[in-house]
Parts: sequence; structure tokens; C-alpha cells
Amino acid sequence: MVERMGSARFWFAAAFIGLLALVPAIAAAAGEPYYVTVFSRIMVFGLAAVGLNLILGFGGLVSFGHALYIGIGAYSVGILSFHGVTSGFAHLGTALAAGAMLAVLIGLVCLRTSGMAFIMITLAFAQMFYFLAVSLRQYGGDDGMSIAARSDFALVSLDQAAVLYYLIFGLLAAALYGLHRVVHSRFGMVLRGCRANERRMVALGFPTLRYKLAAYVASALVCAVAGVLLANLTQYASPAYMQWIVSGDLIVMILFGGMNTLLGPVVGSAAIVIIEDLLTAFRLGLPWGIDAIVSAHWMALLGALIIVVVLALKNGLYGWLVAREAGAD
Amino acid sequence: MTSSLFFTQLLNGLQLGILLFLLSAGLTLVFGIMNFVNLAHGSLYMMGAYFAAAAYRWSGSFIVAGLIAVPATLVLGLAVERVALARLYSRDHLDQVLTTFGLILIFNEVVRFVWGSAPVYMNVPSALAGTVSLFGLPYSAYRFAIIAVGLAVGAGLYLLIHRTRIGMLIRAGAANGAMVAALGVNIRLLNSLVFGLGAALAALAGLMAGPIFAVQPGMGEPILILTLVVIITGGIGSIRGAFYGALLVGVVDTVGRAFLPGILREFFERAIAQAAGPAIASMLIYLLMAVVLALRPKGLFPVKHG
Amino acid sequence: MTLLVVERLLKRFGGLAATDSFDLAVETGEIHAVIGPNGAGKTTLINQLSGEIRPDAGRIVFEGEDITRTPAHRRSLLGISRSYQITSVLREFTALQNVAMAVQAHAGHSFEFWAPAALERSLTQPALATLRQVGLADRAQTLAEKLAHGEQRQLELAMALATGPKLLLLDEPMAGMSHREAEGIIALLASLKGRYSILLVEHDMDAVFALADRITVMVYGKAIACGTPDEIRADPQVHEAYLGDEEADA
Repeated sequence: MVERMGSARFWFAAAFIGLLALVPAIAAAAGEPYYVTVFSRIMVFGLAAVGLNLILGFGGLVSFGHALYIGIGAYSVGILSFHGVTSGFAHLGTALAAGAMLAVLIGLVCLRTSGMAFIMITLAFAQMFYFLAVSLRQYGGDDGMSIAARSDFALVSLDQAAVLYYLIFGLLAAALYGLHRVVHSRFGMVLRGCRANERRMVALGFPTLRYKLAAYVASALVCAVAGVLLANLTQYASPAYMQWIVSGDLIVMILFGGMNTLLGPVVGSAAIVIIEDLLTAFRLGLPWGIDAIVSAHWMALLGALIIVVVLALKNGLYGWLVAREAGAD
Repeated sequence: MTSSLFFTQLLNGLQLGILLFLLSAGLTLVFGIMNFVNLAHGSLYMMGAYFAAAAYRWSGSFIVAGLIAVPATLVLGLAVERVALARLYSRDHLDQVLTTFGLILIFNEVVRFVWGSAPVYMNVPSALAGTVSLFGLPYSAYRFAIIAVGLAVGAGLYLLIHRTRIGMLIRAGAANGAMVAALGVNIRLLNSLVFGLGAALAALAGLMAGPIFAVQPGMGEPILILTLVVIITGGIGSIRGAFYGALLVGVVDTVGRAFLPGILREFFERAIAQAAGPAIASMLIYLLMAVVLALRPKGLFPVKHG
Repeated sequence: MTLLVVERLLKRFGGLAATDSFDLAVETGEIHAVIGPNGAGKTTLINQLSGEIRPDAGRIVFEGEDITRTPAHRRSLLGISRSYQITSVLREFTALQNVAMAVQAHAGHSFEFWAPAALERSLTQPALATLRQVGLADRAQTLAEKLAHGEQRQLELAMALATGPKLLLLDEPMAGMSHREAEGIIALLASLKGRYSILLVEHDMDAVFALADRITVMVYGKAIACGTPDEIRADPQVHEAYLGDEEADA
């Protein structure tokens, strides 16, 4: 689990994080400010996926409804801004409070079930809030609402893309480090034990529900923070952020990047965002209008890729590196 | 709130419930036997609707459209099951969810490619374009036909499940698939049979829903999620749960959306009722599901496992 | 004093009574064996005692307290520990991590998010000591799924011991073990006598008669006899119901 110094995996991780740190500089040098936006997006969804991975990869709880909490974060910014509250601290505080409250309530209901029922119920609850957001006509309803200005964090102005970028980067790095500590802590061991064999954990004397609930809430809060950042990045809050497809995308990111790792979800996020960008701008000059078909219907290719990865590459792309090393032990 | 309006909405709720029942019956049985939820079930519903719309356009006959769409979707469903899904029965739930997610993406794009993104409209068949008189009140003949067909199919399903040998095997398989397999029954074949039946029912639902809902890419997923709410509320693996759950969800959703805003206006000031009414109405069935789960985590009519 | 009293325990599955008005008492410090033919309901009994299954009727009293309705994890904290007939360890963890987890369950709460659990000596030292006790100390860093079957059974036992219990519920600890491996377990269990109270479900008759202070014979969910090994050996009812078949196999 811990990236050993000197291993292939460690160098990949270091290079990846190093690259992320340098993106604004590279973008400025290349005259392509677009890179900053793309990588901001990658990191925001990477952060959400990292949050989900706490319970999915390490806890074995497959939530198909975590996009809900991204929406909570985004709408915290949107609704408060709409009413004239522009303080970033208020936005963040509201997102965390609302996210925690909802996560406790939803978690208590969902965690009474397991397996496929858990997956279905989390999906249903996310859908419920999607409909709620759509019905809030004064906040844009189906179309969502644009946000006039980015969150005001007093000392820092997020108006500059690079500043927002580094805020996201900082929070992502903090989340990764925090997750690293949690995974090896007592709490993390209990969570991983529940994934391995919950029946035995209960027999040993652990009241497993409270630990799973705590982990669920923590992962929800990370997604809420990601939502706040997303709203700032796009200056928009929309029910679309809570759609079941987004929840599915988070799981796919974890799959592509590797479940049993810390950095995997971020790698997966990069993979998904880059695939989407490459395919929607597909122009290789192929015959029979294939270019147009690919750029219009790239989601089918993504779907096919997902199926192939599930059936063939069990541990995801980054996780494959991990498994290779573990096998060499 | 007049009683005739209420009665109409109640019937609409029944009609929605019947459609949901057709979709949830197959889904819940497959889950019971193979412990696998096919999230691409909504895609089969969508394909049924598209096949029906295309066949209807070509033939001009609703019946012919049905005779083409249902078998076509059945075959498609069986093909998908054999080629992609059968490998997943022994895999963990995450893999199953991801694979069906991938299938959903593929189906939506295929449909978009062949028929475009714009909704395709199906007209209500002219024979059913009028109204029927129920207890002196007029009701859409087409919607009444849906209820009638749905109940007839439900009755047929009941007879199949509870009065035939194959039905007994299905019930046994849904309660304890491993045991049934250990007794020498070809559980894979049984499951394929149930899967095919489910696909056919989904296609029938798609055919009948065509003239009422818009036939468009992505139409399957909102209905799928409603179906999941039905089988969670009713009890996974149970046909009875699917039936009562579907009717409950259909009625609560339809009647709730129609009357809750009005009811709220009686008790709260206008502004709040305007805002909260539609919001709560849209969340009503999920709140219902949450309450049922809080009291009975296994649903209203759970299957007792051996 | 009587550590565990089981009164008229009843558990039905459909029409079948897996536990049928079953009575049992375990004295402090004794090894009390439960024997019976396959399907007699012995694992269901252990599941009810550990709290995984709720009985339909009857009482379970531990240290004078009625624990019939107490949830499973609480029973562990009260001092009842069990091992499983089919190995149920944490496969992706090392042997040491498995046992340390058992120690951790009884070492306060686990809402610690920062310090690495692997560096907590208060967890790893007792875990290593228990591994030494069962003879697995040299395999401490091996993943549980890579252990040999006999070693996994040893790990099962270590996990049950590491929680510092008063009562051990052991469900066929020697299942699938070779004769030599089983001898090691028998010696270990003998060394525990007096310090722990043990309810031992086993098929290995040599082990049972060597270790048990008292034996209860269970047939079709009922206790048909209870007494010292000599008394049981001499009991004609037991012979007819059970031991007769065993001797044919032995």
C-alpha cells in the first residue's frame, strides 16, 4: 500500500504529482491556458473519486450515488451566491454541514443493506436529490444556475485560473495524504477488515456499523468539497452534476486507475477526461465518416473500454503496476 | 380536489404501476436466481420501444409492431446475456455494475446513431384513441388497455410461476439458486429462460409506453431507477413484492405529484407550498422507500431464503 | 461457578428444529466437549451462543447475565470468543495483522485516524505472543491466504485467543488437519485448561476423550447425554445413537 521508495510505482506517482504541480507553468509557456482548465477538472473529479475510494476500494462499499454529494457542494456555492453570500468559508462550511447531515441520514438507511441492495439504494437516493434539484425552479431547475463570482476566501482571489488550480491541487494533496494516514490507522484497518470479512470483524468485537458510517460520511464530505471546487471552476451549479452517470463515472475512474491504491482514482480521472477530450475532437481523416461517428458517439467506445477493462484488467491500469510488484515479492 | 380527478389520477397511477411491474418482474427474478441485477434492463425496455416505433412506422399496425418488437428484444436480451453477462455471475457486484454501466452507454449511443437524438413519436393506435366509461367517468381507452393487458400478463405470470412445474423451478431458484443447481437442475438454462422472459416483458412495457412517453436515447435509466425502487420496496426476488411494490410506487408517485402541492397550499402559505410542493412530490417515492427500509430492511414481501 | 448456562434453546429452520430444547452448562476452567453426528446442529448451537443467530426460544446466561438478546460484538467484549469450522480469517492481511486486529477489537475504540496501527506495540506485542503460543510466530509476516491449511487453523485459534476471552467456543478447530498438526492443537488446548473455559465441538474422538472434562452428546438438536468421558463411553444410549458409528469409522 505504501509507495516504497525507488519502486516503479513510486516513480510513476512522483512524476504524476510533479506534472500536476507544473501544469500552470507548462500551460503558460505553451500559450495554452486550456490545459489549466482541463487539469483542474481532472483534479476535481480525481478528488471526488479519491473520496469515494475510501469506502469503495478500502471499505468494499460500492456506492452508486456519490455524485449526490458533489451536487450538495456545488449547490451550496450556487444557492448562497444567489442570495448574496459570497464568502468561500460560508460556502465550504455549508457544503460540509449539509453533506454531513445528509450522509448520516442516508448512510444509516443504506448501511442496513449490503451487496447489490446497497448499490441500488445509493443509486435511488442520488436520483431523489437529482429530482429535488430539478424541481427547484428558483435555482434554475433543470438547466441549473450560473454563479456570478467565485468563492471569496478573503486572502485569496480565485478569479485567476492558476490560483484556483493550486487551491484544488493543495486540497487534493491534503486529501491524498490524509487518506494515506487513515488507511494505515486503526480506523483504516477496521474498514479494510470489514471489506475482507465483516462477519469475523463483528465476531472479534467490532461494532462495524459505526465505522462504516463514519467512513461513508468522510467520503461524502470529500465529494462535497469537490463539488464546491467544481462550482468555482465552471461557475455553474446544475442537477447534471448529480446524475447517475456521474456516479458511474467516479466508479469507472477508480476502476481505470486502480482500487487498492491512493493515487489510482486521480490517474483514472485523468484517463477518463483525456479520453473524452481526445475522442470528442477525433480527426484522423479516416474514411466512411468514422471521424464524425467517433466524435459524436465516443461514449459507446468508453462503454466498450469499461467492459474490456472489467473483464481483462482486474486491478485497473495503475493497480496493475501494483499487482506486478506484489507478485514479484 | 374533485373525486373524479382523484379517480383519474388513481387510474394513471395504476397504469404506471403496471408498466413498472412488467419491468420489475423479470429483474427481480433474475436477481433472486443469480444474485445479479442487470442495470442494462432499462436499455432492453428502450430497445423494445424503438423496435416497436420503427415497426409501427413501417407497418402502420400496433399489433404487428408488438409482434416484431417483443421477439426481437427477446433475442437481443438473450444474446447480451450469453455474450456479456454470463461471465459475470461469479464476479463481485462491482464488476457486474461496471459492465452493465458500459452496456448502457453502448446501447444509448447505438440508438442515437441509428435513430438520432430527437424523440421519436408513436401515435396511440386509432382503435384506442377514444375514452371508455368507468363508473360513469371517462378515461383514456389506451391507458385502460395498458392496465388490462398488464393485469392479464400479471395473471398469466402468476399462473406460470405458481401453477406450472417450470414456475416451481423458478421460485425454488429464486429462493436458493445454489441448492437448485446442486439438485441437478440446469440453473444456467433456467436463468436464461427467466432473463428472456424479463426481456420480453420489458419490450412489452416499451411498446405500450411508446405512445405515452417519448421514445428517446436514455429513456431507460429513469425508468430503471424507478424499477429498482420498486423491487427494493417490494422485496428483492419476490414476484408478489414486485406487483404490490409497483402498484404502490405508481400510485404514490402519480397521485402525489398531482395532489401534494394542492394539499400543502391548504396548510402552508402560498410561497412555501409553491416551492416545496413539486420538490417533495418528486421525492415522495424515495422517501417511501426509505421509510420501508427503515422498518423492514428486506422490503415488504421478502423472499425467505433457505 | 457456572460460567455459561444454556436453557431450553430452540431454533427452527422451516419445519426442522436445528436446536431442540437444548440444555448445557459450562463450568469455569473446564473443557466441555459437544459431540454428535453430522447435522446434529452443533454449528448452529455455536452460532447462537456467539450471537450470529437469534434463537426462537430459550435462554443463554453468561456469568449470571442473560445475554440471549445481546448482539454478537457485545458478547465478544463480554469475554466470549469463537473460532470457525470453515476458516474465516482476513485473507488479504498477514497473520500478524489478523491477530493484531483481534487485539485491537478489545483495546478501546478505533476512531484513530492518524497513527499507523502497525507501529502500535500495545497491539503487535500481544499479537506476536499469541502467534508464538499457537506456533505461528515464524509465519507472522505471511499473508493469511498463503498459509497452509493447518496453519490457517492455527491462525483461527490465535484470533480467538487474542481477544483475551473467558470462554472459547471452538468449532472443530482440528478440521482437515493431519494427525501431527492435530497433536499440536491438542497440546495447546491442554495447556489452556484452567486458564480458559472452553466449549469444544469436535469430531476427532481421540482429542475429545483426551481433553474433555465433560462431554455433551447432541443428536438432532437435542442433548441426549452429558457426563464425564467415562460415563459417556459407558452410556448405551450414546453408543446406539452415535459412538457406534464412530467406532466403525475409527
